[in-house]
Amino acid sequence: MESTILACLLIPLAGACAIMLAARVSDNLRETATLVTAVALAWTVWSLVPDIVDGERPGLLLFQVVPGIEVAFAIEPLGMLFAALASSLWIVNSIYSIGYMRGNKEKKQTRFYVFFALSLAAAIGIAFAGNLFTLFLFYEALTLLTYPLVSHKGDANTLRSARVYLGVLLSTSIGLLLPAIILTYMVAGSGDFTPGGILEGRLEGPALGLLLALFVFGIGKAAVMPVHRWLPAAMVAPTPVSALLHAVAVVKAGVFSITKIIVYVFGVEHLFAQPSSGWLLYAAAFTIIVASLVALRQQNLKRLLAYSTVAQLSYVIMAAAVLKPLAEIGASVHIVAHAFGKITLFFAAGAIYTASKKTEVPQLAGIGRRMPWTMAAFTIGALSMIGVPPTGGFVSKWYILAGAFQADNYVAIFTIIASTALNAAYFLPIIFLAWFGREAADAGPDHGEAPLASVIALTITAALTILFFLFNAPVIELESQIFGGPA
Amino acid sequence: MSAWQAHLPVLQVIVPMLTAPLIILLRDRRLCWAATTLASLCSLAIAVALCIEVVSSHRVGYEMGSWPAPWGIELGVDAFSALLLLVVNGASALVLTGAFSSLDRDIDNERQPLFYAAWLLALAGLNGILVTADAFNIFVFMEISALASYIIVSAGPDRRVLPAVFKYLIMGTVGATFYLIGVGLIYLMTGTLNLADIELRIYEVADQRPIMVAAGFITIGLALKAAVFPLHQWLPNAYTFAPNAVTVFLAACATKVSLYILLRFNFYVFQPNLADHDIQFAYFLLPLSLLGILVASTVAMFEPSLKRLLAWSSVAQIGYITLGASLISIAGVTASLLHMFNHALAKAALFLAVACLGMSLRRLRLEDIGGVAKQMPWTMAAFVLAGLSLIGVPGTAGFVSKWYLITAVLESGAWGAALVAVIVVSSLMAVVYIWRVVEAAYFGNSEGEAAIGEAPLPLLFATWVAVALNFYFGLEASLPTGLAETAALILMGHLP
Repeated sequence: MESTILACLLIPLAGACAIMLAARVSDNLRETATLVTAVALAWTVWSLVPDIVDGERPGLLLFQVVPGIEVAFAIEPLGMLFAALASSLWIVNSIYSIGYMRGNKEKKQTRFYVFFALSLAAAIGIAFAGNLFTLFLFYEALTLLTYPLVSHKGDANTLRSARVYLGVLLSTSIGLLLPAIILTYMVAGSGDFTPGGILEGRLEGPALGLLLALFVFGIGKAAVMPVHRWLPAAMVAPTPVSALLHAVAVVKAGVFSITKIIVYVFGVEHLFAQPSSGWLLYAAAFTIIVASLVALRQQNLKRLLAYSTVAQLSYVIMAAAVLKPLAEIGASVHIVAHAFGKITLFFAAGAIYTASKKTEVPQLAGIGRRMPWTMAAFTIGALSMIGVPPTGGFVSKWYILAGAFQADNYVAIFTIIASTALNAAYFLPIIFLAWFGREAADAGPDHGEAPLASVIALTITAALTILFFLFNAPVIELESQIFGGPA
Repeated sequence: MSAWQAHLPVLQVIVPMLTAPLIILLRDRRLCWAATTLASLCSLAIAVALCIEVVSSHRVGYEMGSWPAPWGIELGVDAFSALLLLVVNGASALVLTGAFSSLDRDIDNERQPLFYAAWLLALAGLNGILVTADAFNIFVFMEISALASYIIVSAGPDRRVLPAVFKYLIMGTVGATFYLIGVGLIYLMTGTLNLADIELRIYEVADQRPIMVAAGFITIGLALKAAVFPLHQWLPNAYTFAPNAVTVFLAACATKVSLYILLRFNFYVFQPNLADHDIQFAYFLLPLSLLGILVASTVAMFEPSLKRLLAWSSVAQIGYITLGASLISIAGVTASLLHMFNHALAKAALFLAVACLGMSLRRLRLEDIGGVAKQMPWTMAAFVLAGLSLIGVPGTAGFVSKWYLITAVLESGAWGAALVAVIVVSSLMAVVYIWRVVEAAYFGNSEGEAAIGEAPLPLLFATWVAVALNFYFGLEASLPTGLAETAALILMGHLP
């Protein structure tokens, strides 16, 4: 099983080399290499799932930098979920990328696919990290490896946004996360992820709340306000990057890391007993409300989706901060549910751009009649964001609310209700406009659906969004293991 | 074998020193280069052998001509010297192996034999400083290495190198003279030049004014040679206008060896004996380190010339080294010594990448390297990866020393958090100045000179070896951290 863990990291790396070599032969071979790599990775990751479900916790020690600081992996349910999610969606995303990149005649496609594969390797590394140092190693790697993808276009505007991207993510991680990690190693003597946490009896009171703050704001990828600015900036990237990385792999790496640190470093019960950690709930609630309000005012579709992501990420943080088992399960379910919904929305936005070059919300009037598949998928994704059944978003909201009631946490309950209303307020008008709006006379050239590859991809993810509503029991069972069954 | 082994400390100096005159006799420049490289590789092998011995037996002593100390000159290699012997000889061997094309391009053909001879003398001098246990002997070797390095720096094709070298010479001589004055005063008071002997005897006269003055002269003089802020004035231009390959060698070694003497003298001789010396030393060095880190990083952020940008970065990195030392704790000194090793790795890789660029580009300002990544992808990839090590991204050598430094600083008490802030801010400044180069090379507009190609293979190979070492020692750091920890224990007086 150790070799399987290693394989999960090496397959994308080998894939990147294969993509580079295949590109010298032909574009088709290069795309084949991407797809084969994606399938191989997902297959390998999924092959670990049965063992994790059976309660095994495989680990692997790769390097010992110095005694105490190790590059080591340990798989547990949360990481398994994240890895399975990212690797599976990479297959769909690769199909979509082919349609998008060719449809838009993007330059430097080889570089794009190579760094995409490398980014996936980093995401898997984050998912399987067995200690804080390993997590940090792959966290930084993911930031740096996605930079070429964000700056793909290479013009002055893109570079400025890419600078914001890199600047915010690196300054938070070096400035706050690294000191937090070093402090943890100093206080606890290690940074290994241990069920129940490693800080109990070692750190209490205000210092604990402060350490939590260093972690939460240091993990800029989770986009808790005010360190969310990089996410709208990242929207200059080609849409497949926004879809898989900035709706799934990168941002989920952020909230996943925070959840994992709360569960395995702080310990849910230890943190619950400490009033100094209470601020996290308010920070997350604030982010949810404010980001939703900002999203209301966005005209650019991708930026709107980005702010929606900021809000949805804080759902996960807030759920984790409720510090009740049901809510923690809700947090992990939301990681999945939001991934399916948001990747669908980005796929749709990219499909619209590919077919019509439209990027702004008002331009979308009547587009549903030209691109019925795309807009149908968009509608499903948007409903999932709002949390309407029968979509995946409903399931996670249910669990988060249940957890909030369990804790009598009225702040969380109120925030969820308010943000549901806000989500509806910015998504429903778009849906209405797209299906029932009247197309402007000067709306540009006649166009139909996006390339077939893109449409197939977004149909798959829309279907997943609905299927997750129906078949979510395995995920919940898996995550319940952390807390010994849904209490 | 064992007979040879006993002589390793002295061979470390003799091999390069005696090869130097022979080089001049070989008139052919290729032959000269080959012989120099061979000598340097031998020297590296000796350093590695010494290092292995030090790991098992802590200290390798040697009595010159079998005269016992304190009458004879004593050589001694411990963990601290072994760590720096690895840096100095490793850098020299690596650069020489790869950089024939670069040196051949920068230096007139007829001067090359002399140049290589001077290179070996510089190497011999640096090695001599590291192996000797005698204060006056250190001065002699310091002068040998300094005079030789003035020659190799001034061999560059750019005439602006001459004022730069002149400044370097004046400052270097002032520093060395200060050191000599200090050593003279100590000799006057203690009657000995052997470091271990001084350490024993200085206690009786520690409260007398000449010793205080000596401590001042030695510290200031060596700080000048080590380019501790604000005595760094000579460094940026000397690095900028020297031949590219020489810059690699100097940046990796020259200041570090001066820091070696500074730390050895202060921790070994003064610290245990002079009352309140630790406080004076810390109060002297800590603010200067912080200022140096911040000011030099700021200058680097706005510097248009690539080599000078990296030179300013070196001034900032010296600040890290002295910051660690000024904490006067085992953790702090460990971090400091470790950073000497790791910074040498990162800077050598960066300057090697610059030497690669220098093969194709005549001028090396940021505006000149616009879009160069397209023509020289391997060079720029190496530059980016080495830059990550300089920034301190996890997985690289630079990260390991940053980890140790932050840990040491946090342990140091109430001011810890503020010091962490300085380290963090300057790391981010490093991101800014490295990324300026990255943006220029990858996204800048290339103008003219369309027909430039990748650097010659040996140079590229040396660059990538340096990059690989940065990652190797980022993931398996037991050798440098082990040596640094032992050395810190020795300096702090917990080991013989």
